[in-house]
Amino acid sequence: MSKPFLSVERLTQTFPDAAGGTTTVFENASFGIERGEFVCILGHSGCGKSTIMNILAGLGSPTSGGVTMDGAEVSGPSLERGVVFQNYSLLPWLSALKNVSFGVAARHRDWSKAEVEAHSRKYLAMVGLEGDTVLRKPSQLSGGMRQRVSIARAFANQPKLLLLDEPFGALDALTRGTIQEELLKIWSQTEQTVFMITHDIDEAILLADRILLMTNGPYARVAESVQITIPRPRSRTEIVEHPNYYAIRNHLVQFLGHRSKALSGQPSGGATQSPETVVIDLTAPARTPEPETRLKAVNI
Amino acid sequence: MPTLSISQRGALLSVLMLVVGLLFWEAAIPEQQLATEMTEYERLMGGGAPRAAIPPPSDIMAKAWEELSDPFYDAGPNDKGIGIQIGYSLYRVLSGYFLAAMVAIPLGFLIGMSPVAYKALNPYIQVLRPISPLAWMPLALFIIRDSEASAIFVIFICSIWPMLLNTAFGVAGVRQDWVNVARTHELGPFKTAFQVILPAAAPTIVTGMRISIGIAWLVIVAAEMLVGGTGIGYYVWNEWNNLDLTSVIFSILMIGIVGMMLDAAFGALQRVVAYAE
Repeated sequence: MSKPFLSVERLTQTFPDAAGGTTTVFENASFGIERGEFVCILGHSGCGKSTIMNILAGLGSPTSGGVTMDGAEVSGPSLERGVVFQNYSLLPWLSALKNVSFGVAARHRDWSKAEVEAHSRKYLAMVGLEGDTVLRKPSQLSGGMRQRVSIARAFANQPKLLLLDEPFGALDALTRGTIQEELLKIWSQTEQTVFMITHDIDEAILLADRILLMTNGPYARVAESVQITIPRPRSRTEIVEHPNYYAIRNHLVQFLGHRSKALSGQPSGGATQSPETVVIDLTAPARTPEPETRLKAVNI
Repeated sequence: MPTLSISQRGALLSVLMLVVGLLFWEAAIPEQQLATEMTEYERLMGGGAPRAAIPPPSDIMAKAWEELSDPFYDAGPNDKGIGIQIGYSLYRVLSGYFLAAMVAIPLGFLIGMSPVAYKALNPYIQVLRPISPLAWMPLALFIIRDSEASAIFVIFICSIWPMLLNTAFGVAGVRQDWVNVARTHELGPFKTAFQVILPAAAPTIVTGMRISIGIAWLVIVAAEMLVGGTGIGYYVWNEWNNLDLTSVIFSILMIGIVGMMLDAAFGALQRVVAYAE
């Protein structure tokens, strides 16, 4: 079996604790992401999701283990991995347009000013920001608009991998819904590989091809990889009608409610901790008995 | 009666206070006795000569009009127009100030970026900062052997600290998120410094620059009283030696007005670099 596009191998992160010992956040965590895939990672606070994100972005380095992307090892931040931070991280002294063109100019150093601006405006328009709005400073934009600018900045750079760290965490539910659909739209146009942290189960089902489930820390691990067997294009209102929706949702709720706790605190004993693949598909019951039994086991 | 806005009412009250204050001042100055009403004894004792007294505001306004209508005349070393004197002072302040900025801002950047540099330089800063700038004057005069350059050195040494500390503080306080944005966009150290850290720290740096220019303008008057020759500080002291209190009060007023304009210039710069989060 060849390596996936993004391969996380035996990642371990320990921190010194107050008592002078060490706390192991996660140990020997391994998973992969294929090119063009949209993967969400779900887990409770403190399980190390953000630490994994920082390692993927190159902003942090793991205690041991490594990450390879497209055959090259990840060491340090790169334009090939775009990041959308939870708090937008727009530069407040620049206009929305300048915040995007700042990134585009960093990516394409040989482009003329006009090319940079046209490219930036194109991506801002993709998230619904046009006209004079793009000349406003972030402080003059609503939270939703700021996050749109941040998403446009990340997509405009066309990185090989896009990392989203709870991008909608600070938004109200209605705004969140709108921007989720915009994110889906821009993603389907660009075929980006996306890795996203979220706390929101419905958001993960709507957006993802696959959801990685993390157990609680310490010794957190990526325990399961749940396939989202709902065809695209998806919309917020239609997916709830799909027969698989509640089955998948129940599975996720059960995991986060009980099993994430039950599975935590177990040292790996040196074994590679790869997630178990879970497929829940009620639309094809005759295809294979395996997903059925899995579903039964979960629903008990 | 139409209601006035708060700023209009404030301006009206300001003018009223000025007029009332000046009237009291004018009224409080005792009349000079006319020589003809004195006894022979009083005239022999010098009573007929005008007594040195605080001049009334009307005299000062007349003096101001006279000086400001020809600010740049030059009738010898001890008789130059107020414009020339202020020009000399500004030249010294700005030279010392910009030299200080050229040292303080890069050094502040270094201290703000590197905790080691901060810990290494902090003891020196803490010892040197509370020294009155004028205390350096004898040493400066001995080493530099030039009164002009010594005055500029005193300005340099007094304006360096607020700029240095504020730059270090501003640079150290730049949000990690913004630095991460620079890192994920693969900006080099120079681009990060100029495109992210400098604009992020600019409001704090300019606040330091504003404090520094205020201190420099305070110190130049005292420094020029010591070194002499030219400048507004020398002018005040010279007019005191001439017992020309009208000129003393007029020049005090000019020191205030120039200081206010310097501060306003940096206030405007502060608004340019300010940003809202």
